[in-house]
Amino acid sequence: MESELHELRRQLQEKTKEINRLNLLLREKDGLGNLDVTLPFTSADTNVSHPDIPCETLSNASIARYSRQLILPEVGVKGQLALANASVLIVGAGGLGCPAALYLAAAGTGCLGLLDYDTVELSNLHRQVLHTEQRVSVPKSSSAAFGCNQLNSTVRCIPYHMQLDSQNALQLLRQYDVVLDCTDNVATRYLLNDACIMAKKPLISGSALRFEGQLTVYNYQDGPCYRCLYPTPPPPETVTNCSDGGVLGVIPGIIGCLQALEAVKVICSLGNTYSQRLLLFDGLEGTFRTIKLRPRQQSCVVCGDNPSVTKLIDYEQFCGSRANDKEHSLELLKPEDRISAKEYQSIVKEKLPHLLIDVRLPVEQEICSLPGAWNIPIGDIHKEECLEKLRKKLQETDDSVPVYLVCRRGNDSQEAVKALKEKLKDMPHKFKDIYGGLHAWSKHVDTDFPVY
Amino acid sequence: MELVVSLEFSGGAELLFDKVKNHEVSLPARANGPWTIKHLLVWIKDNLLKERPELFVQGDTVRPGILVLINDADWELMGELNYELKSKDRIVFISTLHGG
Ligand SMILES: [Zn+2]
Repeated sequence: MESELHELRRQLQEKTKEINRLNLLLREKDGLGNLDVTLPFTSADTNVSHPDIPCETLSNASIARYSRQLILPEVGVKGQLALANASVLIVGAGGLGCPAALYLAAAGTGCLGLLDYDTVELSNLHRQVLHTEQRVSVPKSSSAAFGCNQLNSTVRCIPYHMQLDSQNALQLLRQYDVVLDCTDNVATRYLLNDACIMAKKPLISGSALRFEGQLTVYNYQDGPCYRCLYPTPPPPETVTNCSDGGVLGVIPGIIGCLQALEAVKVICSLGNTYSQRLLLFDGLEGTFRTIKLRPRQQSCVVCGDNPSVTKLIDYEQFCGSRANDKEHSLELLKPEDRISAKEYQSIVKEKLPHLLIDVRLPVEQEICSLPGAWNIPIGDIHKEECLEKLRKKLQETDDSVPVYLVCRRGNDSQEAVKALKEKLKDMPHKFKDIYGGLHAWSKHVDTDFPVY
Repeated sequence: MELVVSLEFSGGAELLFDKVKNHEVSLPARANGPWTIKHLLVWIKDNLLKERPELFVQGDTVRPGILVLINDADWELMGELNYELKSKDRIVFISTLHGG
């Protein structure tokens, strides 16, 4: 019996894998990223949202399935039909998009567009709960569509495995009723905002980082837009992504669920939405706070009375940052100020005297570190007390002994070398960084070394 | 007369203030005129900010991407830099989040 179950599970897993593979193949042959082919509704009149036969009555199956929300007087048959005839575009199938899609599919939304340029990684699964271990390296859009359809096969799920940009955004948005901003970067947030103004779509915006989340609704019932609040993009160095700042999985989960709720309210015309209001959620303190926001600004460059931005622009240029949250490699130092992970390996092997400084946070050092490393977090490296300690250490060390700096990916270590060369220029020691940081160490030297 | 107000930093803005989110501060009496948000920003820069002021203020206002709330309302509704502080006011500085 036990082995029979095991065998059945194994077979099921194999078949699921095969289905995923075929799905992927089909999408590729279908012309992935080719908008015209992957668009749900290829009607010439792009304002017609539902060339599909509109749903006018609820089937018995629908009545049974949605009975618990159907008997809410605020929803009723009218609301359920509104949902069945609604289409929602979810931009970003990550920590916010997964729970939002799940609840919108469960609620019986007629059509869900799921857009993401990325593929599923193991480090996504702690918060991107629509994806599974079996679907690692599958495009997130397909994985999310597959997951939603497993929950509710009656929902039309359309995956878009592509990057939203100024060329494709309007054509895509026009075919949906409501748009959810579940993205992870500033450039795409400005792009989505402007596109929603131009396509006249409400934008339900969520964001999350560490233990905090924010939620609001833009461009709805004459409320403000993203640009009314933030006319100027933030300096790139002040923006932290989840990969660097960290995020507790359930935080975007909560905000994503609230985005689904707001979408249902917009579709069914229920109650007070978060238009002109901002929700601040602090999971660590356990507080939800609602803020009254400014009204739509007449002077806004995109939604104001005399808008100057009337077509989509280059948002990466506007924001000075890339439209994804992928790591980027800085090149701050000359090659002679850097050593490779392999070179450092031979220094260790030959027991050449040196000082190794790890500039990551203590919490990261606890995950993994190289033996004998000193810890000075990059944020402290400008501080007098740290510099004094290091100066003292160097004074006890022979002038010829080099100092190597290491971090997770080899960006902060370069910043650190730059800072120390300046702050300790009176010291004769050479400061160099390990190219590519601990990620390079794991890749080129010790493949058992953990990567996070 | 000293003016006691509470200041809060969130969304990552607290990282510039030794990770402390809530600050109860006493502002010394001003010889000429009332305390405004504009004066408060200068005071924060001189007295609370630990490092890298450019990540908090730019010119005489907050840097782009920080939203200021006065008693749970967007400061735009309250006069922005010219709002006159009252005793027990709660001023919140939130850094907008972009992750997801
Ligand atoms: Zn606006």
